Amino acid sequence: MNATATAKLAIQTTGLGKKFGKRQAVSNLDLAVPHGSVFGFLGPNGSGKTTTIRMLLGLVTPDSGNISLLNKPMPKSAASVLPRVGALIEGPAFYPFLSGRANLVRLDAADRTSTSSTRSNRVEEALEKVGLGKASKLAVHAYSLGMKQRLGIANALLRERELLVLDEPTNGLDPQGTREVRNLVASLATEGTTVFVSSHLLSEIEQMCSHVAVMSLGNLVAQGTLEELRSTGQHRAMLRTPDPNVAIEVFARLGLETKPEPTHEGDCPQLRVVLGSDAQVPERIVEELVRAGVRVRGFVVKDPSLEERFVALTGEGFDLAQ
Amino acid sequence: MPSSGLFLNELALLFRRRRTWAMLLALGAVPVLIAVAVRLTSGPPSGRGPAFLDQIAGNGLFTAVTGLFVCIPLFLPLTVSVVAGDTIAGEAGAGTLRYLLTSPVSRAKLLAVKYAVAAVFCLSATLMIALSGIGIGAALFSVGPVTLLSGSTISAAAGVGRVGLIALYIALSLLGLAALGLFISTLTDAPVGAMAAVAVLAIVAQILGQLPQLDWLHPWLFTNHWLDFADLLRDPISWSSYGQNALLQGGYLLVFGTLAYGRFASKGIVS
Repeated sequence: MNATATAKLAIQTTGLGKKFGKRQAVSNLDLAVPHGSVFGFLGPNGSGKTTTIRMLLGLVTPDSGNISLLNKPMPKSAASVLPRVGALIEGPAFYPFLSGRANLVRLDAADRTSTSSTRSNRVEEALEKVGLGKASKLAVHAYSLGMKQRLGIANALLRERELLVLDEPTNGLDPQGTREVRNLVASLATEGTTVFVSSHLLSEIEQMCSHVAVMSLGNLVAQGTLEELRSTGQHRAMLRTPDPNVAIEVFARLGLETKPEPTHEGDCPQLRVVLGSDAQVPERIVEELVRAGVRVRGFVVKDPSLEERFVALTGEGFDLAQ
Repeated sequence: MPSSGLFLNELALLFRRRRTWAMLLALGAVPVLIAVAVRLTSGPPSGRGPAFLDQIAGNGLFTAVTGLFVCIPLFLPLTVSVVAGDTIAGEAGAGTLRYLLTSPVSRAKLLAVKYAVAAVFCLSATLMIALSGIGIGAALFSVGPVTLLSGSTISAAAGVGRVGLIALYIALSLLGLAALGLFISTLTDAPVGAMAAVAVLAIVAQILGQLPQLDWLHPWLFTNHWLDFADLLRDPISWSSYGQNALLQGGYLLVFGTLAYGRFASKGIVS
């Protein structure tokens, strides 16, 4: 990577690795998060996302590799870089017997570089932004999970930040809250803040992010813009026909793989066809089908979805990776 | 002295906790219990019971001294264990440590602030007993010129000053234990475990201090000068025990402060 491109990276890691006992949590990770991007950090549970975030923020020392956060080495420059970084790490955590506001005041006071004269104003503003204005005087033990999550996001917004690191920001939020977070992230991004969001919710990432990285078993398996990641996926088509057997023969002749789709009894059978990344022209396929006497009742071409790409990259099934 | 908002905030936090006040009130109740018991059973001095007990009926100021004396072996170390054991482990257990550190606070500063707050608690605890003792002593008994152990007599006001000196001495005595607590607190994410470990060490040190076979060890125990405050009740005051105690507690602070930093600076925060 050349010098100018490097300078435009908000987060860069090279060869980052961390072992917990015998378990390799993260290995040889090369992240490149462009300045101004909304960067989705995807991966199944236990794939090393949170460990990576903890290393980025200087909470956990890497065994190997380098981290550059806003062009400063971490954890060496933590004192000068972290005030410019807002973070939500593995869920919110607050003193239950203090009010939401008192908790934020405490965390802001802990930051030596924050201005105490503007503190109460900034705390109020952050609480308003996440819709906690009315609950700010309530003790946190009376908060719901969603309210705590909002308070966690408010903490990340206490000051003007150049980078936000949000670990599972929509966890525990209701649909309205999820939408608000999405809008908040979008508005922050338009102001030029780089947002690094980790999630296992693909729809979230798909709606929010411009760039994506996918982790699996502590390894980075894909990284790039959302479009790049999608385009490496495969187009699919769904065929609805009462003559599935003939259709399968036709597809086989065209060199296409088919899979019967489960349907209710009495419904017209459906076939799923993988078109491959160099998608054959759909009308050609339909033409072949009709010529062979297949009664085509429906033929839909689907763009590759992030979900399929994700499953292809990280494997299927419920078993935890490690 | 760690300056800044963090120290004031942590101090405010200590005194906003109900736990802190419950402990301080329990400590403050000790002289009250003693004074009431003496008042109800006032008779000729029996010569039994804790030191200074027999002098309470003659001079209320001795309620404070007796209260402090009674609290030294168990109550004071127990409350200090709770505060010192909670310093880092409590934050880790609640998950707030990761947010404090990324706010950001340097780990050295956080340790210093947490220790300073624990030290303030030590002083608050002994002052609480002293004030409560003076108050209840004045209410139930007469307060007048104090006859010291050396035989000479000082005014009541000077006597109050001596009680203050004793409270300071005992607070100083607890600083080594607080440093030990800070170190243990960096070892775990479970605050209750840290508190219990510190309390157990305080008891063990006192038991070891009772064994004549371990004479060689005694000068190194942080509990060694805990009961030596009687020197402050002589005229002129013998400061040697104050000095030795300060040196010992300072040594503990140096050793366990360094160990705590060594542990905490490189610790992976995974809570």
